[in-house]
Amino acid sequence: MPKIKIPKSSPSIDMTPMVDLAFLLVTFFMLAASFRPSEPVTVETASSVSDKVIPENMIMVTIDPIGKVYFNLTDPEARKEALSNMASLYKVSFNEEQIEKFSLMSTFGCTMKELPAYINLAGEARKEFKTEGVPLDSLDNQLKNWIAYSQAAALNTGKTAYEEAKKKGLSPDANDFKPKFIIRADGKAVYKKAEKVIDVFRELNLNNLSFVTSSEFNPNNPN
Amino acid sequence: MAEIADSGGGGHDKGKKRAKKSSTRVDMTPMVDLAFLLLTFFVLTSTFSKPKVMSLAYPAKMDKPVDVNAPKLNNGITFLLSKDKIFYYTGEFYSADRPGKDGPTKLTETNFSASGLRKVLADLNSYVLLRKEGMVKKVKAKQMADTTYTRELEQLKGKPEALKVLVKTDDKALCKNFIDLIDEVKIAEIGVIAPVPMLPAELKLLETQLKK
Repeated sequence: MPKIKIPKSSPSIDMTPMVDLAFLLVTFFMLAASFRPSEPVTVETASSVSDKVIPENMIMVTIDPIGKVYFNLTDPEARKEALSNMASLYKVSFNEEQIEKFSLMSTFGCTMKELPAYINLAGEARKEFKTEGVPLDSLDNQLKNWIAYSQAAALNTGKTAYEEAKKKGLSPDANDFKPKFIIRADGKAVYKKAEKVIDVFRELNLNNLSFVTSSEFNPNNPN
Repeated sequence: MAEIADSGGGGHDKGKKRAKKSSTRVDMTPMVDLAFLLLTFFVLTSTFSKPKVMSLAYPAKMDKPVDVNAPKLNNGITFLLSKDKIFYYTGEFYSADRPGKDGPTKLTETNFSASGLRKVLADLNSYVLLRKEGMVKKVKAKQMADTTYTRELEQLKGKPEALKVLVKTDDKALCKNFIDLIDEVKIAEIGVIAPVPMLPAELKLLETQLKK
């Protein structure tokens, strides 16, 4: 009787398709991931059904759970301009390197006096920086000045960006280039604290504000 | 497949030195390890849902407080917010020492759920919501352009019959409560939302309600 022959197969499997797939996914996640600059504070926002995405050119004020106020401005050029105006107003001097570092920073929450020391810190150490946030009481309303100077600076840079887009033959909407005013309040923060910030905006005649929210299901347009 | 046929030309291959045949396969395990490591890293660190923004127009600040009697509020609802609690009354406010024809204003408590706040707003704003539904049907049946729809919806929201919302907060209300309320108001297609300061009489009423 002839013996049944078991076909000898190699114990190693062809891994090429798996590698292909793995790298495809790696590439996808690498491109899809957006790295946020490290923020000195983490904020849990409330949710809403709004589907407007956060605009590019914005001035953002963050309010943490205990009511400390942080300031952020997205445009690096406008940041430099706002900083130089603030520096001359509060008589704080910054060197070239500090200005450059500041323009690439994200949210900060400290007084003008503390700012040079804060800029000099390394990224992670900024989280431990002891500060009371940007002051906004009536005697020392630094937040108001920050907003006023930033708005002027961001309007300028937005205008040049608009002109450039026009030169390229696009038909841009001027409103897209204007800075938007965003309030990012922690859900657990007391509303009165946010209202103080809102009042600062209103004193500057900036009445169209936006709240940062996470998205949730909309019962009206389920799509 | 990629083999060089070495047939023919035989005869002198006896003395030829053969190159050592090595497998063309490379061990891919380390590469796969690396790929999956990177994959895991990016899957865990990437954030997909970008934060959204909800816009809200605040009333402009006056230089001097205008001392005229507040205009009569038709079709209005006022929400009084406290920490995780919400009360409302409709129409105008009548304090205990200046009662209206139905006596002083009484607060009604509700909650942030779909059966609470959303239902209250949907009932009161049925004028807009019913018409909106009709327009949505027309858009779906291609009898109305969607640009016309958005324009008419905006007009509808501004009509006198549409509900207007006043939001008043006390010192304990949280931002989450406020945003949840504004969100519900937007779901109910209400165009006029005004966050305004609370009157002392309203605060008193709210505090007695909270103590209950």
